[in-house]
Amino acid sequence: MIINHPLLGPCDAQEFVYKGDFRLIDRPDGMAESAEAAFFDYLYLRENPAGAHRELWFHEQGDRSWLVVTRNTVTHEITNVELARDVARSMGRSR
Amino acid sequence: MRYSGFRVIKEALTGHKGWRPAWREPDPQPNYDIVIVGGGGHGLATAYYLAKEFRQHRIAVIEKGWIGGGNVGRNTTIIRSNYMLDGNEPFYEFSLKLWEGLEQDFNYNAMVSQRGILNLIHSDAQRDAFIRRGNAMILNGADAELLSRDQVRREYPFLNFNDARFPIQGGLAQRRGGTVRHDAVAWGYARGADQRGVDIIQNCEVTGFRIENGKCMGVETSRGFIGAGKVGVAVAGNSSRVMAMAGMRLPIESHVLQAFVTEGLKPVLPGVITFGAGHFYCSQSDKGGLVFGGDIDGYNSYAQRGNLPVIEDVAEGGMALFPGLGRVRLLRVWGGIMDMSMDGSPIIDRTDIDGLYFNGGWCYGGFKATPASGWCFAHLLATDQPHPTATAYRFDRFERGYLIDEKGMGAQPNLH
Repeated sequence: MIINHPLLGPCDAQEFVYKGDFRLIDRPDGMAESAEAAFFDYLYLRENPAGAHRELWFHEQGDRSWLVVTRNTVTHEITNVELARDVARSMGRSR
Repeated sequence: MRYSGFRVIKEALTGHKGWRPAWREPDPQPNYDIVIVGGGGHGLATAYYLAKEFRQHRIAVIEKGWIGGGNVGRNTTIIRSNYMLDGNEPFYEFSLKLWEGLEQDFNYNAMVSQRGILNLIHSDAQRDAFIRRGNAMILNGADAELLSRDQVRREYPFLNFNDARFPIQGGLAQRRGGTVRHDAVAWGYARGADQRGVDIIQNCEVTGFRIENGKCMGVETSRGFIGAGKVGVAVAGNSSRVMAMAGMRLPIESHVLQAFVTEGLKPVLPGVITFGAGHFYCSQSDKGGLVFGGDIDGYNSYAQRGNLPVIEDVAEGGMALFPGLGRVRLLRVWGGIMDMSMDGSPIIDRTDIDGLYFNGGWCYGGFKATPASGWCFAHLLATDQPHPTATAYRFDRFERGYLIDEKGMGAQPNLH
């Protein structure tokens, strides 16, 4: 698979480490009342769709950026690649 | 019809005109006591043991394609019980004991071959870990034997003992491990279940569950509604998709695992070997092909095919261990979809929906578990109590912190 890095252009997926569902960006607040239930959901439960899947890839052997890749889990076709930083910002998580 | 040597000779002398289909092709009834979703090894084994051991009646197995067309037909056929943790080892040893009597039990030649499995040791730390695992196996009634480097060399002289980076320093052998003809397992269970009245309904896809007041009343299928007192789901890589129809999210990711077979060779590899420093395991099929595999590709996939980097990685692992492989040509490469759970161990449990039961999360170790998985799931479906060897395989173990994490990788399914 070739991941079209937003800054570096097309890169072999071998350069990356796979993390999983992009919702892992959205780490719950550990101090909240409902933290226990929220962390169970965050750590263990997954949508695991057959089709479009937004997922985190880490460019370990490249610029060490985190990417959010939209990939079809049935065909392995990659339709969109964003910097995870931008996605996190749009979720209100990063300044 | 019972199969026997006498029967084979009789049919040979009478032009093979007496053979009958091994199972019927019934139309679905409007109602069953128990419906099993998924006609793979685990689903068929469940139906077989429900009918035979737990004396249940009016059972159906529903399969979207043809039986045995999923992971039971796509694996590397290895059986073993060399686990360490308390929640796992008694279960897998139960499974290995069932394998040992399976062919007599269901009167079908599954070619169970206890040729032994050898996990190779490449460092002092690994020897310590394997001794510990071997002791855990022995404590649970399994067999384990620590081999020195010279003992390994006597049995497998062609391995690369002097690899500069990962020299072989010994091995942990389980002599009762081995291989099985994988398709025959599905067919044997299907035939055995069918003979006991189980309806095996192929080309019938489940499209939804009918759930009323928190109780599962049956399944909607491509061939209409089928009512059921209890529904058991055993659909391996499709677990998340099927259970999503019941509104559930699972602690599972689906990943692709590739497997490989070479051209046929004369007998070269007497047992199953696994590389302790990379991820490579290999056995030789009775047709002569070397059957081997390695890591999962590592990303979520439902594609039943993988990518080239993992093929290269597996081939490198094989060459590091077994340099004689170099001139052998690959015949086939294929992929299967693994339901990778969050701790690397399976789930056999009730759900919060009354009458809906789940069996899945087998990661890439489901084949060896087939008999015990079927037996334990049948036990749960018939008695509403977990089988004594499967009490740890609960849904709520993640929430309650009772993970069964053999490799200690944490909630990262692609590392188990």
